[in-house]
Amino acid sequence: MSTIDKTATVPAPRGGDHTGPLLEVRDLHVEFHTRDGVAKAVNGVNYSVNAGETLAVLGESGSGKSVTAQAIMGILDMPPGKIPQGEILFRGQDMLKMSNEERRKIRGRKIAMIFQDALSSLNPVLSVGYQLGEMFRVHQGLSKKDATARAIELMDRVKIPAAKARVSDYPHQFSGGMRQRIMIAMALALEPDLIIADEPTTALDVTVQAQVMDLLAELQQEFNMGLILITHDLGVVADVADKIAVMYAGRIVEQAPVHELYKRPAHPYTRGLLDSIPRLDQKGQELYAIKGLPPNLLKIPSGCAFNPRCPKATDLCHTEVPPLVPVTEQDGTELPGRKSACHFWKETIHG
Amino acid sequence: MAEPSKTNEAGAVSEAEAVAAIDAPIQRGEPILQVRNLQKHFPLTQGILFKKQVGAVKAVDGVSFDLYQGETLGIVGESGCGKSTVAKLLMNLERATAGEVFYKGQDITKLSGRALKAVRRNIQMVFQDPYTSLNPRMTVGDIIGETFDIHPEVAPKGDRRRKVQELLDVVGLNPEYINRYPHQFSGGQRQRIGIARGLALNPEIIICDEPVSALDVSVQAQVVNLMEKLQDEFNLSYIFIAHDLSIVRHISDRVGVMYLGKMAEIGTDVQIYDHPTHPYTQALLSAVPVPDPEARANRERIILTGDVPSPANPPSGCRFRTRCWKAQDKCATEVPVLAVPERFRGLDTPAAHQSACHFAEEKDVVHAS
Amino acid sequence: MPDVTKTAAPADEAVDTPSVVAAAAPQQEKARSLWGDAWHDLRRNPYFIVSSVLIFFLLLIAALPGLFTSASPTAGDLVHHYVGKPELGKIGSEGWLGYDIQGRSVYARLIHGTRASIIVGVAVTAIVTVVGSIMGMISGYFGGVIDAVLSRITDIFFGIPFLLGAMVVLQSFTDRTILVVVFALAFLGWTQITRVMRGAVITVKQADYVQAAKALGAGTTRILFRHILPNAMAPVIVVATIALGGYISAEATLSYLGLGLASPTVSWGVDISAGVQAIRTSQHILLYPSIMVSITVLAFIMLGEAVRNALDPKLR
Repeated sequence: MSTIDKTATVPAPRGGDHTGPLLEVRDLHVEFHTRDGVAKAVNGVNYSVNAGETLAVLGESGSGKSVTAQAIMGILDMPPGKIPQGEILFRGQDMLKMSNEERRKIRGRKIAMIFQDALSSLNPVLSVGYQLGEMFRVHQGLSKKDATARAIELMDRVKIPAAKARVSDYPHQFSGGMRQRIMIAMALALEPDLIIADEPTTALDVTVQAQVMDLLAELQQEFNMGLILITHDLGVVADVADKIAVMYAGRIVEQAPVHELYKRPAHPYTRGLLDSIPRLDQKGQELYAIKGLPPNLLKIPSGCAFNPRCPKATDLCHTEVPPLVPVTEQDGTELPGRKSACHFWKETIHG
Repeated sequence: MAEPSKTNEAGAVSEAEAVAAIDAPIQRGEPILQVRNLQKHFPLTQGILFKKQVGAVKAVDGVSFDLYQGETLGIVGESGCGKSTVAKLLMNLERATAGEVFYKGQDITKLSGRALKAVRRNIQMVFQDPYTSLNPRMTVGDIIGETFDIHPEVAPKGDRRRKVQELLDVVGLNPEYINRYPHQFSGGQRQRIGIARGLALNPEIIICDEPVSALDVSVQAQVVNLMEKLQDEFNLSYIFIAHDLSIVRHISDRVGVMYLGKMAEIGTDVQIYDHPTHPYTQALLSAVPVPDPEARANRERIILTGDVPSPANPPSGCRFRTRCWKAQDKCATEVPVLAVPERFRGLDTPAAHQSACHFAEEKDVVHAS
Repeated sequence: MPDVTKTAAPADEAVDTPSVVAAAAPQQEKARSLWGDAWHDLRRNPYFIVSSVLIFFLLLIAALPGLFTSASPTAGDLVHHYVGKPELGKIGSEGWLGYDIQGRSVYARLIHGTRASIIVGVAVTAIVTVVGSIMGMISGYFGGVIDAVLSRITDIFFGIPFLLGAMVVLQSFTDRTILVVVFALAFLGWTQITRVMRGAVITVKQADYVQAAKALGAGTTRILFRHILPNAMAPVIVVATIALGGYISAEATLSYLGLGLASPTVSWGVDISAGVQAIRTSQHILLYPSIMVSITVLAFIMLGEAVRNALDPKLR
């Protein structure tokens, strides 16, 4: 891994001799010890991302999608958070076993994160040029002048108009979409191998959302990065993801390539979600609504966590936790990349 | 369209007459609310003790529309377009800078005292954020019951607890939860409490300011369904303000699209979604992410450049011209009026609806080509 | 969807327990107000337990000094006039902490001096909280010119150094009773509460539930007292509790400087002042009242901190 002195072009494949996925999460558990008891936020999550691939993690509030990302970044508040078991392998090395110093080296340089709220993620009293340049000064020891030059280059890269003139502006002088671009520029500054974007466009307007998602997808291809996109919006995911992991109550309930998931969901929760969104191109009748409430993490239902809300739940679902198993065609042919954690996945996908 | 009564223009209506007019019933299919050239300018001031106005944020700048009895009018637009300010003006939570809102012939922007209170009984609101719209230090029973303390004539004292429980039941909550506090509920349940509060006075109009945008997808559908059910049950008229175009289409009979304090286009849901003529509406619709990757690939997408300009200093002429791909010299000088475009006038086509564009042109961006 | 298609399911939701409440015991946990939650936290906070036990004893001493000593704080017997070591008696006896220059029991004076300090602390805090809250509420809620004028007045008072200002006020009185000291401290102390209250009211005023109450047609009084005050009170309670300790130490300071309470009123400040004169020979006269002042101030500050932590979960 050389320091980055080349300006752009496709640097793939990067990063040494490790073959296999760029990032792999194995059986990750996270819990929070609160006054009211132990909240089990993540209960055995497995997923992996390759270089150049986009994994969308889809879930509602309390599904554990953001907590998983925080655990990967190493920015989980501990305590009250705790990781009782699991592995997070970055290029084959378990980050949970690394020293703080080693993790710090990975954070920002190899794995970067983009947050939902760009305004509170930027320091309001420093100019954006200074904040962008800081990455180069601290990590690469560039001079102030060179760092500013690089900052302008980055701002150009994320298509901020008149970058040169705006480099000394402060965050509040930019609009929401522009601020999110600056956040993206910051995440890209050290050309990381993996970017985790936590609801990057949720706070933005639709017309700006499209611009920012396009930019992110374009840059990801250009740098051949892995991207983990965390969102609750089925629409946003459909645009950019390669594969999707649907989370519910801290577990992955379904995993599939993007087109497959929308066409034939293999888990009643996914199906319910898809059915409950109104369509833009036609006026439907009454919306399908998943009954009940998202689960209480202090007291996750026994068996399948979705059973109180599931229209198909049987006694089996109340007692047995369904494992995440590969999904096959009716004739037994394997469907690559597809998994479902439902006792009745066959009925759900083929029914 | 019935013209608002002339009497109040003279300002000679007594309070009692106004209250009587407000309490009178209205026919289905009649406009129940008529908004005319509504404006709200927030002054920008400088100075500490002696303030000096240095400009104004034109949050709402001349908005007109009608709301008919029993219908849902959706208002969509991006942040800063003034849609939430419209809600506040209709509720009289902000005083309008200019313009009128006629409710049963009374201009409610100029009412106060008893007449305004009578209007409030008939026009209620559901707020966006279920976490901040309920007083955290009051029980659910007190929050809903407060409406009866303020309007004691609606429910006699001994009857209030029962009425509150009835309302909880109507919105699908367990009536035994009456003594609980808001933080003991989830977001969707809180929004139901907010809806129960809005319903308590048995109003005719409910103004919903982004009522489901803070909720989880699976809970959104529950709340939307509940609102539709209540509309049928209580013959309510809704103004449904949201940025989510799919939900607005689902619930609305007519839709207005706002941009920078002005209405860009207004029409029935079919007219707006399937036959939009204003370029902004087209861009907005085409940008909506659709949860269907295949339909997505076949759709044309119009990606706008740049951001919404500041409402403190809006562009001259057509406000959308700085981001519009059709903009010409005329757009910078002449403000387009909200009317049926000339080329569609008199034609029997869904494209013949009000659109504030000099170069209005039909374009279907929602359906895969 | 095969079966339960297109059914709105509000009824089902109602049967479920809300996610915040543990499903196991929905009945017992019916109503948990925010104050109730704070109390739940407080009871488990060791700082709160220690400080409230201390404050309870201080209040008891102030109310019923006779329970703790039968000796008179003012009657001195020059037999005991004393400049050397304290003659230690049994704990709690008249002489166990020694005697002062005039032969009065230090212990008895300590016990009887508590009342003056506590009265000053509590009375000043009460006045300051009421006056300051009203001013802050008016200023924050109505805004505009009223706010501008009130805020400038507050600023002027805020600009006056607290102790120096109190000294000047007290100088103008010849007879410095407890009442006068309370007045002097309250006169200069209300601004702190006003500022806190104003800030809290401005924040709460914009909350949606206040807008909702307005939309229902609620009047100003209802909005102020039902919606704004209960939600703006938390920071005021914290600041007032911590300030209470400060007023007690301010009283002692002023008395020490000869501008607060004066003999024959019995107070810790008066004793500290007297003790300084004998500091070379009999340190105990100074030591014990100083310890009492420190413990009292510490107790209230600890209480304030505990309350702050309980009321503001974000700090946890």
